[in-house]
Amino acid sequence: MSDLAIDREVDRSQMQVSDEEAIQITEMNKWFGTFHVLRDINLTVNKGERIVVCGPSGSGKSTLIRCINALEEHQRGQIIVDGTVLSSDLKNVDKIRSEVGMVFQHFNLFPHLTILENCTLAPIWVRKTPKKEAEETAMHFLEKVKIPEQALKYPGQLSGGQQQRVAIARSLCMRPRIMLFDEPTSALDPEMIKEVLDTMIELAQDGMTMLCVTHEMGFARQVANRVIFMDQGQIVEQNEPEEFFNNPQSDRTKLFLSQILGH
Amino acid sequence: MSDQAFVRREIIEEQTPPLTAFGLVGWLKSNLFSNWFNAILTFISLYFIWYVLSGVLPWIFLSVWNAGSLSECREIATATWGDSHGHACWAVIKDRWIQLLFGFYPSELYWRPILAFVLLLISLAPVLYTSVPKKIFYLTAVYPFILPWLMWGGSVWAYVSALLGFVLGYAIVRYTSEIVGQLGAVILSVIGAIVWWLYIGPLLLSQGVGAILPLALEPVISRDFGGFMLALLIGVVAIGCSLPIGIVLALGRQSDLLILKTISVWFIEFIRGVPLITLLFVASTLLNIFMPPGTNFDIILRVMIMVTLFASAYMAEVIRGGLAALPRGQFEGADSLGLNYWQSQRLIIMPQALKISIPGIVSTFIGVFKDTTLVSIIGLMDPLGLSQGIRANAEWNGIYWELFAFIAFLFFIVCFSMSRYSMYLERKLQTDHR
Repeated sequence: MSDLAIDREVDRSQMQVSDEEAIQITEMNKWFGTFHVLRDINLTVNKGERIVVCGPSGSGKSTLIRCINALEEHQRGQIIVDGTVLSSDLKNVDKIRSEVGMVFQHFNLFPHLTILENCTLAPIWVRKTPKKEAEETAMHFLEKVKIPEQALKYPGQLSGGQQQRVAIARSLCMRPRIMLFDEPTSALDPEMIKEVLDTMIELAQDGMTMLCVTHEMGFARQVANRVIFMDQGQIVEQNEPEEFFNNPQSDRTKLFLSQILGH
Repeated sequence: MSDQAFVRREIIEEQTPPLTAFGLVGWLKSNLFSNWFNAILTFISLYFIWYVLSGVLPWIFLSVWNAGSLSECREIATATWGDSHGHACWAVIKDRWIQLLFGFYPSELYWRPILAFVLLLISLAPVLYTSVPKKIFYLTAVYPFILPWLMWGGSVWAYVSALLGFVLGYAIVRYTSEIVGQLGAVILSVIGAIVWWLYIGPLLLSQGVGAILPLALEPVISRDFGGFMLALLIGVVAIGCSLPIGIVLALGRQSDLLILKTISVWFIEFIRGVPLITLLFVASTLLNIFMPPGTNFDIILRVMIMVTLFASAYMAEVIRGGLAALPRGQFEGADSLGLNYWQSQRLIIMPQALKISIPGIVSTFIGVFKDTTLVSIIGLMDPLGLSQGIRANAEWNGIYWELFAFIAFLFFIVCFSMSRYSMYLERKLQTDHR
């Protein structure tokens, strides 16, 4: 595990957690066919919280955050995102998706569009923003992730780390209230992980509500205000990062931490 | 210090490569004579090419252009080159090329198919090349109505009315979708257009403008259509319609809506499982049995519909291949940004899926265009049908190769252009920089 983020000064002063709820998940269950992937998930995320979800592969952590923007459908229980109840009503689904940004492991940039077009597409078509305004917003966020000079290139011409930063900028262009990260650094070379983590830390310092599936424990220690450990489709343990890493309660958590931090 | 340690003190001067590595000699060596086996293959191939060309070229170029019949051709060939074999008799093409191009279309009206063809090229230009002014798209939009008017003639108002039906349908979708929702608007627009076509349009035609300003071209009946013109007409319509229908079918087959999916699957599998020729026979004979007596459903129109349906089924499968090749992440990326189904299809999925499918799509186009020659079997006078007619003539009885070579040449020009264009398009759309 890389602890690249550990050597950086992180300013936690801006990271205020409010009392308002951003996401509320109650008694949520999901099956893939007959396989019970998520079991009785209860989770409340307040505005401004930075939550890191970790756990062994197949534990349902990706499925959990993919349920929040309805990329996966849950079968039982309730998910409320920013006051909107997630149901099969397509209008609600599209509304939630436009309020919740998502960053994927494999970036999922659109290879037939330039970086700038990738960033302006959703604002123009979903938010009906005028093209010029959308481009200005896009350039603003491309500068924020430090690649404005690549705006007219195609995704295929960029390195993995740059592509992932574009993907973050693309999500930010929709001005989301919540950002979901699904293993954003798992497909990157070690030297590119740092640049993506830097971007994510900056985002956290701006007060963004973040839900992040990752194995970057350095990032979790520095930025998260809560770490959730999942196994076999259930939330096994959640705690503040210091407590979670230094004083894990369940045996399963202890085993997991010893495996990923032990070497 | 170990033996391997080494420091270079002087830079080696740049030198010319050896003679065997560049220029003509280098090229010959690397491409034709790289080893003894390849050298033998080279000589065998050269002999084979020489053998074929030595037969074909004299046939093409040492040929008779001026003669009134095949026997006269042979006499001239014998008198000039000694033997009667191995010399083409292009006189038949010189005599009948207009017929091979236009069939029995009235000769004083040839300007109409020619104008239709020129307009076709102009209206295709903005579709094929992005550098062409976008205003020409207006012509492209009305071309489907200009084409039948020029070809079949009759009152212009019938086609204007048909066009207005589409405009009305579009306007209904445009202005009512806010009020009744997307699906409701589509249903309303279909009803509106049908009412227009069946009742309001014909009424205006007979009572209104049609009576006041009878702007009409001399009608030409479908029996007179023929030649390469007919092949192009059927081919262009089938190609133009099969792509959108194929996209809809491919999306239907991928859809989560069970009934839509089942219909698409069965349609595709049925059409693909049946030879085109049976569909054409259905079009020419059986369809009339099912129609109410007295309806006159044009034979060329029936054939066009069948060829289009046939092409659409293949097109749907080609496009489904492109859709399947797209990573799931593209669908999820589009979804996660809040794009709705049609937006993500139009902006993200289709541009990429169609790009992947270009070689398959163009292959299908070329196949369909060549399949139009099958209509000769149900009695339409396409170039092959005409060639039989020409051969039945006393003067040209027994002539095969020259007619077929000419027809093949015409088809080759069109098919080869399509193939080259597809390669150009693939290069132009390449943005992945692998």
